[in-house]
Amino acid sequence: MIRKFFLKESTAGVIFSMPFMVGFLAFMFVPMMISLYYAFCDFNILSDPVFSGLKNFKTMAGDDKFWKSLNVTMFYTIVSVPLKLAFALAVAMILMKSTKATGIYRAMYYLPSIIGGSVAVSILWKRIFATDGLLNSILKGLGFQTTIMWLGNKNLAIWTLILLTVWQFGSSMLIFLASLKQIPRSLYEASTVDGAGGCRQFISVTLPLLSPTIFFNLVMQMINGLLAFTQCYIITKGAPLDSTLFYMVYMYQQSFEFYNTGYGAAMAWVMLLLVAVVTAILFATRKFWVYDGGY
Amino acid sequence: MMEDIEMKRKRKVYTCIYHILVCGFGFVMIYPLLWMVMSSFKESSTIFTTAGNLIPEKFVLANYVNGWKGFAKISFGTFFKNSLFLSIAATVGTIVSSSMVSFGLARCRYRGRRALFGIVLLSMMLPAQVLMIPQYIWYQRLGWVGTYLPLIVPYCFAIQGFFVYLMYNFIEGIPRELDEAAKIDGCSYYGIYRWVALPLMKPALVTGCIFSFMWRWDDFLSALLYVNKSEKYPVSLALKLFSDPGSGSDYGAMFAMATLSIIPAVLIFLFFQKYLVEGISTSGLKG
Repeated sequence: MIRKFFLKESTAGVIFSMPFMVGFLAFMFVPMMISLYYAFCDFNILSDPVFSGLKNFKTMAGDDKFWKSLNVTMFYTIVSVPLKLAFALAVAMILMKSTKATGIYRAMYYLPSIIGGSVAVSILWKRIFATDGLLNSILKGLGFQTTIMWLGNKNLAIWTLILLTVWQFGSSMLIFLASLKQIPRSLYEASTVDGAGGCRQFISVTLPLLSPTIFFNLVMQMINGLLAFTQCYIITKGAPLDSTLFYMVYMYQQSFEFYNTGYGAAMAWVMLLLVAVVTAILFATRKFWVYDGGY
Repeated sequence: MMEDIEMKRKRKVYTCIYHILVCGFGFVMIYPLLWMVMSSFKESSTIFTTAGNLIPEKFVLANYVNGWKGFAKISFGTFFKNSLFLSIAATVGTIVSSSMVSFGLARCRYRGRRALFGIVLLSMMLPAQVLMIPQYIWYQRLGWVGTYLPLIVPYCFAIQGFFVYLMYNFIEGIPRELDEAAKIDGCSYYGIYRWVALPLMKPALVTGCIFSFMWRWDDFLSALLYVNKSEKYPVSLALKLFSDPGSGSDYGAMFAMATLSIIPAVLIFLFFQKYLVEGISTSGLKG
């Protein structure tokens, strides 16, 4: 009887799915609900939370650093993501031409993405842009003045982080390569017969057929951009003058360095909302530029 | 005839320019990494005075010896061992649990299956960073802060929807006739999972292992949050502390250890490139 129950298809299905059900409840759903409550509390990890209504959100509205970090993160995301995707697409198109060395080239362009998230690369970046670092040495070799403080200048520092992100265009490139290969050659042949040049083909054939992939990449990269943490935490920690203070880093500082954990929880929920809104906006624009029809 | 040769020559020149450009740009791409590796073989004091030269005047291994000593009397060997343990434990947990869940979702019909799959997809979109504070508070309640548990246990419950999704798609591609045949032979669903699905899923399992291992190896934020004893630090965290200006700033040693820390990822990249590329192209996620 018991044996029969366990052998039933539905029982087996539930048993197989059990890990996720438990994991989702224990490590995602419950913590989120707790933090939703803490977002409305005065809470510093050490003592018990005290309900304080909308206080955290009111503080946030008047917190210059909060707005600054939001601005910086938005700027970083809006600049780096399109640049990254443009590079990824350009290189993918170049690598479409298959030669004996294509595999090696692909590996060269992809390598930075493989290790890009590591601490090693972040500390490397810090040394490249140090005043006595690699970049200034190269510039000196080329005969330029060499005391530019890349990481100390409030207008330049953010660009080093943007460059680090753009540098890791490899995985987007691979996704583009995969979908470029699926565009039927006959479409290009037909458009050549119709007298279309390379540019025209790119705009009228490649881009529309690639738009679902571009869209997907855009959504994923935007979310990643808004949530960037490690690079900023290791390379600049928000310096100079908060000009590179990423939202996630500020949230981390508030929660674990200043012990305003309730405030941090509120910030996390604001970020979740922001991610949802950005995704929703992107999905809303979908019908204007993403081509979903067949070939 | 003359035109033909002219054409051929033109094409050759064109191909040549193509290779020079692609190769040159590729070199610029990996130059920072080359510079790091090469600098790790320079004498520590000369790294920044000779930063413009890629090749060291003489190769020295002193940086590796110095760096390996680590800090606070803990050698980098300990940190590597910690990272290896954490990455492997979390990866095994991820792969076992994700393969089970994906099999259940793909091959067993039961009420709520569609809804559950929806939640899996939704959880993929839910950024881990947003969960940072709530999870920390939760683990603190459970008394897990300061142990390895938060870095391993959650992964044994398939909470990374990416892996479930990856394997789900793969199982969907396995012909159902094989299940049916096994069922006729008296195989239960558990048997089908073990003897039919798992062996056939090998490529997806390998891809999953690779991604999981690399992500866990690079993981910095959760180590920063949950590990507070230096002898338990994984490499990522140790490297960060090692690079902080306070600890002597031996840049040669820092570069040496940074180079060692990326070796696992580079090896995986070299040997499993095919799986990586396929994983990224088909599931379309970041790597």
